[in-house]
Order: sequence, then structure tokens, then C-alpha cells
Amino acid sequence: MLVMKHLQKVYRTHLIETHALRDFSISVGEGEFVAVTGPSGSGKTTFLNIAGLLEEFTGGEYWLDNVDVSGMNDNDRSRLRNEKLGFIFQSFNLIPDLNLFDNVDVPLRYRGFPAAERKHRIEEALTRVGLASRQKHYPAELSGGQQQRVAIARALAGSPRMLMADEPTGNLDSLMARGVMELLEEINRQGTTIIMVTHDPELAARAHRNVHIIDGQVTDFDDEPKLVQRPARDDNHVAVA
Amino acid sequence: MFSYYIQLGLRSLRRNPVLTLLMVLGIGLGIAASMTTLTVMHLMGADPIPWKSDKLHYVQLDNWDINNSFYDDGRPPDQVTYRDATALMAAGKADRQAAMWKIALPIQPENPEVKPFNSLGRVTYADFFPMFEPPFAYGGPWDRKQDDEHARVIVLTKDTNEKLFGGQNSVGKTVRMDGVDYTIVGVLGQWKLRARYYDLTNGAFADPEEFFMPFTTAIDLKKRGSGNNSCFKTPGDGWDAYLQSDCVWMQMWVELDSPARLAEYKSFLDNYVNEQKKLGRFERPLNNRLLDVNAWMKDQKVVSRDVEVQTGLGFAFLAVCLVNTIGLLLAKFTRKSGEIGLRRALGASRREVFTQFLVESGVVGLSGGLVGLVLTGLGLLAVRALYASYKSVASLDVSMVLVTIALAVVSAVLAGLYPTWRACRVQPAAQLKV
Repeated sequence: MLVMKHLQKVYRTHLIETHALRDFSISVGEGEFVAVTGPSGSGKTTFLNIAGLLEEFTGGEYWLDNVDVSGMNDNDRSRLRNEKLGFIFQSFNLIPDLNLFDNVDVPLRYRGFPAAERKHRIEEALTRVGLASRQKHYPAELSGGQQQRVAIARALAGSPRMLMADEPTGNLDSLMARGVMELLEEINRQGTTIIMVTHDPELAARAHRNVHIIDGQVTDFDDEPKLVQRPARDDNHVAVA
Repeated sequence: MFSYYIQLGLRSLRRNPVLTLLMVLGIGLGIAASMTTLTVMHLMGADPIPWKSDKLHYVQLDNWDINNSFYDDGRPPDQVTYRDATALMAAGKADRQAAMWKIALPIQPENPEVKPFNSLGRVTYADFFPMFEPPFAYGGPWDRKQDDEHARVIVLTKDTNEKLFGGQNSVGKTVRMDGVDYTIVGVLGQWKLRARYYDLTNGAFADPEEFFMPFTTAIDLKKRGSGNNSCFKTPGDGWDAYLQSDCVWMQMWVELDSPARLAEYKSFLDNYVNEQKKLGRFERPLNNRLLDVNAWMKDQKVVSRDVEVQTGLGFAFLAVCLVNTIGLLLAKFTRKSGEIGLRRALGASRREVFTQFLVESGVVGLSGGLVGLVLTGLGLLAVRALYASYKSVASLDVSMVLVTIALAVVSAVLAGLYPTWRACRVQPAAQLKV
């Protein structure tokens, strides 16, 4: 599903070079639930930004669903991001002046679905997260846990192959966090690959596999996933460096 | 997607009402300033009779002093003499022709409740009416036979008929002017003339006529015109000497239905002047001109330099307003960096973000245009109140309404280009903690 080989990411200013990722290799198979951990500044966010096609890399290879993304133009990257990936943010990132229906509608608009299909997908996604009855409500009218559920519905509505989650429970109390985590696990059981950045060892322990990053490199990993739906192609399982 | 972008633009306007109000007012004021002056300029210079403006020609003959031209740049006099006007009328070489002049006569109403008043009129020939096509409410013009007979007939304008007869059909009734009774043969309807183009020498935006009278009849009154009168030497004493003088005080128009007829008439004028030279007149080199309506309006600077400068200042003000709008849009779009980053993460390409924000700028412009339209209307009302002579040109027509809206939208989109370009360069990763 996701393969990075010897990836480099260097931030340059006129004075210094900062190596955010160096010789970074990782493979995530279809259906996996991978937790990414590491101290602040280790490169977790850079990894997720590059994996989510939100940032370009400066060396190495990156294959997403068997597509080489290096050298892709902005239109192609945006289309790939829209079709293959879903994002869940720590601070939810809902648009405050759009109701839940319209928030979930945003990625579908860019996909170009007809109105009837968009409506069907939005209602299905909101039903899946238990908020179908509140589709005309605005984000400010919801609790943090409910807002994160809307963000998950938005990520799911386009039927992505992979979800990228950054501290999805970081802004939630333990009860709400448990609910969101259970929802993610349910989504994963239904076949969606999930990569989750977290500082919480308890949450990381619930993932199939943990990847630890320090100084822009993968330093520790559990190479035997607890539950892996085997991918169709072997090259999706390139060994982690 | 376009309708989606429009929806987003409208939502965005509601989100920051103060910022929105500032931008819309800024554009509205700039548009109003530019469109008020542009409307006046546009209507001043607009073709008053587009379906035949290329067929109506103003006659100029250079009978002026051999040592001093009428205009410094050598153009011939802007009017003709009585001798030449009547000679050209008698020759009848054009398809239609009308010499004319402006007269002032007192009207003595039959109705004792209406006091006698001085009125301005146009003295002309029967052809004037089919040439310039004023609309008739009652009756019609006099005919050429009545020109020849010096008939005591008259055509009243709508306002005069309103004043004298309460707007009723007065055809067949008489009007006493300066002690003489004239039979009314026609009453004009509302003649919406922006510029009185057939007599620019007496002011394109001067007060309108109150009646029309046959040329031949008016000459019998032996009253000088109330319009401009130019002489390069003293005309001598008495009415007959004045008529035979080289003083210019009449306007002469001809209607020529084809370029061939125009060439023929030009040749006729040259021959006429050459004949007059043999009689000791027209000492200057041959300098006849036949300008069509639009060329004559341009020659006489119907759109004055002042109005052009005012229009330029109006657009300069619009430019200042747009610079202000650029700043406000920059502030607005910068505040939306988070949403831009989110939309990019959810699949919007740079091009889609660019289009969305450009449409939003257009929505601001459209709103500013509507406000500007109202302010332009108020501005034109102010122009009408301050300058009575601009009454006929200080009003919005459909084309100017459309130009106003289009100018506002285009201006706002131009103002939005840089802020929009900045917006679409937002790095989503920098705005989102993924």
C-alpha cells in the first residue's frame, strides 16, 4: 500500500540544512494499522506530511498504491490524495461555518461526484460515525468527540484506501478517546489501512505494528504485524531499513 | 464547481461582515465615482441618431476674413450667412435640407391665468422634421408649400402645449406670439434628446426649444436670432443690410442618402463658392466642409476637456479603492490559510483553490457593483441637481448599468489576483498538524 525507500527530506535555508528524514525506508501493507511513535522533532510529522502527499521529498522513492509519486505535478498529487487518502487531525479541522453535511461534502466536491452520490456517501459516512441525525448542525454545537467523529466521517466519505491520523485522540478526554479509537479499529477491520501518529503508548499498543522514529530514521519496529491482510503485490512489503 | 465556489464566496462574505462591508463599500465608492463621470461622458458623446447619423451632414463654408481665419487652426466658421443658407435651400440639391436659427418670442396665452412669457424657438424648414425625427403627439409638421407661402403656422413642444393647453390636443388652435396669431399644426411628444446636436454652436445642453416656426415666416418678423452671431466686419444698418452681410448666424444641415450623393453635394458646394468668389465674396481658399453628426459633435467638443479630466479622476479614485481592496483581500485570505491548507489536504489542487478565491473576489466585486450602482444613481442625481444643463445626460441607461456591474467584477477580480495567488501558494503541511 505504501512503500518508501531511502527517502530523504532536507530543509534548506541560506544558512543551514536540516535533515528531517534520512535514508528512511518503510512499508505498510494493505489493511494494516500502524502506530508511529517517537519524540518531538524526530520526523513523525514530516513522514506523515510526505506520506499524505502534502509535502515533497528531496531524495529516494515513494510508491503509494503501486504509483510512483516522485515528480508528480500538483494536479495529479491532489487527485491521488483525494482518491486514496483520508486525514484525521488532532484539532479536527472542521470548517466552522459549514454544517456537518457540508463539511463531509468538501472532499467529495473535489472528486466531482454527482449530487445524488455525494448525498448518499455523506449520509452513509455520518451514519457510520453515529451522527446521521445531526447533519444540519454546525461544528460548534458538538462535543470534541463528536467533532472528531465528523472528521472521521469526512475522511471516510470518499472511500479512501488509507487513513492518516495525527494524535486523533490528543484533544479528547479518555472516554471520548476510547470511543474514537474503537471507531478507528472498526474502520480498520473493514479493510482500511491506518497510519496513526501517537504519543500514547496504550493507543500504540492497540495497533498491529509500531514504528519508532528518532532523528529522521526508523529505529525500532515490530516486523510481525498482529493482523495483516496480505497485499496483492510482494513489493508492498519491502523490508524496513 | 462554479456554483459551489459562488456559495462559498457568499458564505465567506457573511463570515466577516465588517471586512466585507469595508471591501464592498470601497469598491462601491470607486465604482460610483468612475461610473458617474463615465456615464455623463458616455451619454454626452453618444450617437444621438445612430440609424442615420452618417447621412445627416452639417454644412460649413469659409466666407471669413482673408487675413484672419475663423478658428486659429483654420477650420471654417461654425455657422453660415442668411444669403448662403437661403441660396443652398433654393438650390435644393440635397435629399433633404434645413437651414435653421434660434429665436426668442413672447407668447401671449389666451388663458388669462397664464401670464405672458418669453419663449425660445427654432426657426427652420419643413424638412427639419423628417431629418431629425422628433416624435409627434398630435398633428404633424408643416409642409414645403407652407414654407414657400410664409404660412403663419407653428409646432409646439410637449412642455409648451402642457403650459398653454394643459396637454390637450391643440392642433388647429392659435397661439399669439409678439402680437401675431399662429395656427398650431403639430404638437411634439417627449423628445428624449441628450445633446441638441443640430445646434451645437448655441450649446449642446442649453435649454430646449419651446416651439418651431417656418424660416420664411420668421424672416418676415425682421427679428435677429437669439443665438450666436459672428461678423468679421460691420453688417451695416437695417434688417436688409444684415441679411446681405457676411455675418454667420444660421445652421445648415443636409441629408444625403449615399456616399455618391455626398460627393455630388460637396462638388455642388465647391461650385457654389467658386461662383460666389466671382462676386467678390469668399476670399479665402476653398474650405468647405460636410461633417456627419458624430464628426460634428467631436469637432465642437461636445464632450468637454473638463468632463474627460473628471472621468480620469474618477478612475484614479477607483484605482485607489482597488489598492485598498487588495490589502483587505490579502488580510482576509491570510486569515483563511488554515481552511486553504485543509482544502488542499482534502484534494483541492492549487488551480481549484485559485479559482475558488478568484470567484470569491468576483462575488465581492458583484456586491460592490450593486452598491456602486445605487451610489452612481445618487451621484447622477447630484449632478442633475448641481448642473441643470446636464439633466439629459445624467441618467443610467441599460448599457451603463451592465458596464457598471462588469467593471466592478473585473476590478475586484484584478484586485484579487495577487491575494489569490498568495492563497494558492499556501503549503498545506504548514497549516495543518497532520
